[in-house]
Formats: sequence, C-alpha cells, structure tokens
Amino acid sequence: MSWITCINTEPREAMNNLRRSLLKAATVGVSATVAYGVLAPLKALAALWPATAFEAKTIEEALKAAGVIDPVTSEAIAIKAPEIAENGAQVPVEVTSQLPGTRSIYIFVDKNPQPLAGTFEFRGGAEPFVSTRIKMGETSILRVVVQSDGKFYVATREVKVTIGGCGE
Amino acid sequence: MPDPIRMRIKLTDGIADVRVLIGHPMETGLRKDAKTGELVPMHFIETVSATLNGKVVLEAQWSRAIARNPYLQFRVRGAKVNDEIGIAWIDNHGETSSAKANVPPSS
Amino acid sequence: MTYISNHTARIAALATAIALCWLLAPVHADDQPTPEQDHQRWLQHFAQRYPGARLDDYVYGAMISNPGAREQYEQIMEFPPFLGDIEAGKKIWDTPFKNGKSFSDCFPNGGRNVLGNYPYFDEKLGRVLTFENAINTCLRANGEKEYPYGERQQMGILTAYARTLSDGMRVNVRVDGPGALAKYEAGKNLFFRRIGQLNAACAGCHYFNAGNTMRMEIISPALGHATHWPIFRGGEELMTFQGRFKRCMEQMRAVPFGYDSEEWNDLEYFLSAMSNGLPLKSSVFRK
Repeated sequence: MSWITCINTEPREAMNNLRRSLLKAATVGVSATVAYGVLAPLKALAALWPATAFEAKTIEEALKAAGVIDPVTSEAIAIKAPEIAENGAQVPVEVTSQLPGTRSIYIFVDKNPQPLAGTFEFRGGAEPFVSTRIKMGETSILRVVVQSDGKFYVATREVKVTIGGCGE
Repeated sequence: MPDPIRMRIKLTDGIADVRVLIGHPMETGLRKDAKTGELVPMHFIETVSATLNGKVVLEAQWSRAIARNPYLQFRVRGAKVNDEIGIAWIDNHGETSSAKANVPPSS
Repeated sequence: MTYISNHTARIAALATAIALCWLLAPVHADDQPTPEQDHQRWLQHFAQRYPGARLDDYVYGAMISNPGAREQYEQIMEFPPFLGDIEAGKKIWDTPFKNGKSFSDCFPNGGRNVLGNYPYFDEKLGRVLTFENAINTCLRANGEKEYPYGERQQMGILTAYARTLSDGMRVNVRVDGPGALAKYEAGKNLFFRRIGQLNAACAGCHYFNAGNTMRMEIISPALGHATHWPIFRGGEELMTFQGRFKRCMEQMRAVPFGYDSEEWNDLEYFLSAMSNGLPLKSSVFRK
C-alpha cells in the first residue's frame, strides 16, 4: 500500500485536434497536496466498501445486502440509457432523481454475475445526478434505486445487449 | 504510476458540471490475456470521492462492472469561479490517485 | 486453314477464335468507367439506399441509419475512454529520432492535413503507398527501425494520434496515369470479387446490401469506409483499416492477404478514392 498520492495533471496547452468539445476545459494545475489530507478520508471510505452487496449473485440478494428495503416504483427517477447497447463493455447510463432529499443512487444490472454495479452518495451541494458507463454481460433490466429521506424508490429500464457477428 | 485523471469543468448558473475520465483497466478477472491465455486478475477502482474546496460532495463505491477507463459526471451547486474540485480513487490493490482542478469562469 | 470435319468441332473452333479476339483485342478507354465516373455511380447508388442522407454522414458507417447507435457514439466520443492511447501516440510522434529529427519533419505542414492525400501511387516504385508506409519511410530515412505494419503498440498507437492531425480534411486521393489506374482497377476488382469459403465479395455486403442486417449487425456502406481509422472497438480495442480487412476476410473464411500486401494496398487505394470529398475523422468509437 502506497502512502504516496500521485497528483496527475493534464497539460495546460490546447486540447488535441480530436476534441471539439463544447466544454471549455478546466485544466488541472499541479498541486503539492499533502498525501495525508487526501488519503486518510479516502481509506476510511474504502473501508466501508460493501463487499457482501457487491459479491451477491442475484438481484434479490444484492438488493437485500445493499440494505434496500421495500423500494417503491417512482417516475421521479429518470434513467437515460440506450435501448440497444452498441457494446456491452461501455454502456452510458445517466440518472437524475427529482425525489427531494435524495441521498444515494444505486445502479444494478439484474443479469450481471454480480448485479450491483455501483453506489453514489451525494452531500454538500452535489445534485442528485450521475452519469457513468457500465459493463453489461447480456440483455438485462437496468435497475436504479434511490434512497431519499430514508425511503427507497426504484425505476427500471431494459437494455438489450447483442453479440453481433461483425461489428463495424 | 497510475494513469491520468482527466477533468473538465463547466460553470453555469452557479452549478459546476464536472466530467471525469479516469485511466484504469477495471479488470473483471474474467478476461483472458490474448497472448498467454491466462485470466487477467481482478483490478478495479473500489472507491471514488469528489470534493469541493476539500469537502466531500460525492462518494462512490464501485464494482468491476464499471467500464474500463471509467467516466463519471456529476454536478455541484453553489460552486464559484476558482473553487477547487478534487477527485480521488483507491482500487482493490490499494493503489490510489487523485487530481484537482479549479472551476473556470462561465463561458 | 484446316478443314474441320464435324459440326461440333467447327463451333468449338469458332468460339475459340472469338474468345481469342476478345482477349487479345486492345482495351479501349471507354470500356471502363474512370475513377470519377465510378465515384459518381457510388454516390448515386448509396443515395438510393440511404434516401435523405447527407454526404458527410457516411463517415459514421452503419450508424448512418441507426440513431440509437449514433447517440451512444456521440456520448462516448464526448470524452472517449481511449484518450490514453491517443496520448501515447502523441508521445511517440513528438519523441525525436536519434538524429534529432522527428516524424513531423517527414511531412508537409508538420503532418497536419496530409492524410487525405493517402494512399497515392508512386510512379518510381510502381506501387501504392499508404499513410502507414509513409511512417515507415520516415523511420527508414532517419536511420530508425521500421514498425511492423499491422502491429498495434507502435504503428497502431502512433497513427491513432498522427491521423487525427488531419481531422476535417477531405479525402483527396488521385488516380493519375496508367500505373495508378491499374492499381485502382486491381483494388476495385478485389472489392467486387467473391472470395473465401463463404464465396462472398466485399461488395456483396457493403455495396449491394449496405443498410441491411446480417448476423444481427447493420451492414455499413463502403462509401465512407476509408475515412475513420483507427477505430476503437467497444471503446477499447484499437483496429486499423487493414486490420479490419484481416478480421473481415477471416470472418468470410478467406485467408487474409496480409498487412502491406499489394492486394490490400490496392483495395485501400480504391476505397479511399471512392470516399473522395468526405471529411476525415480518425480514432473513433465503434461497437
């Protein structure tokens, strides 16, 4: 285990030709962060990594191990995900919760060998919104659970994953 | 030496939209090395935290089902120009990395 | 002239005589369409298969008729997972050779906006030269070891960056003179020729059945094929244009011709000419 925190930077000079990004990038300045300030809280958080939930092999077990109790279907959870994934290795998923007091978002893929893909906890001004890319092994229900004011809510979406013969 | 963390921040109406691309293999442990035929061991980011001026705004716990070279986008209310957004991760090997960027002016 | 005794033999002789005349007769220029005429025919052909499609959209391949796929492409391309590979390519490009020069010295404009001119026919060498050939020519000229043509970690990664220096440039392949024309025709011939155990021609899918579904995949149009390399399959697996020829020939149960083979270089030449006028965009996501 390394005590040294690597500070990584992206060069300040103009982005490469490939990028015609809409965003004006904030480039990272080199900073001499003391390792301790970043590392200790991170390690404390890592100690809470919910191993049982991540290792659960069925959606029922995963929900239970993640502490999800009696989730109520809600239309206030917006899931943006493709109907047919181009490639199961990089499936874009975006979740917006309009439930007041949203504390966490959990992403499950029912048919994955271990259904719980990730959890996201918001505080201190972070919007109840997250976008990421996940792996899906096969066509499956994408199940998003939101914890808001101590209660659980759920929305689902089917994402098809095909293994075609050629690609391109 | 871990791969870079790339950050792009855009400020609109007091909300900082942060997009992050983290270099990491996110190996599931189920993939066979093309040359050796051996299974490549599990190696994935377990925990990510995002901070605004040093205070945690987002905590994420990940499985190996998050994609390789993972992408993460989140939004922070009440951010101002020059506020510092930090990202840090730790993986199942105990390797860590972090990066910081300042919120640029609205464009 | 020998007297031919029976009816069948006379027919056979007549047929042989006609065949010989046909084979030995000079080929007139107006027998074969010019590359420009071929190109026009391709534009018309694909316009019929994709009514309403904008010309510039052909660079999106099979996604041209698949909005869901295109949306994912845009989402991923906004911050692609393979940026690290492109950056690694930039590092190779920027690293000087032992003699102090670097790749940018081998190309006009430091390598910017040159890709659209490749491949081209080299009169002296009597062969088609691709962009990858030019990279190796550069290495050789500067006393460095050439890269294995189809290898990913050097040639693949380097071109993943170097090709992007021409993003936006429109393909501008020239077929001038009989030498070039012969290579162009050879490439065209291969494109339309049935090969392999599946007895399939490239054209069978990518010309005549572009937009149809086969093996649960939408077939991409050959118009635009040459514009967008390398691809990163699934956002992860780097594949070059000739790498794709290899994979596809294997899928058609044909023995691949091989990287930097005359057949593949000529095919690349032909396909690039058919993509003339389309905008280049390199290092892209594909499924």
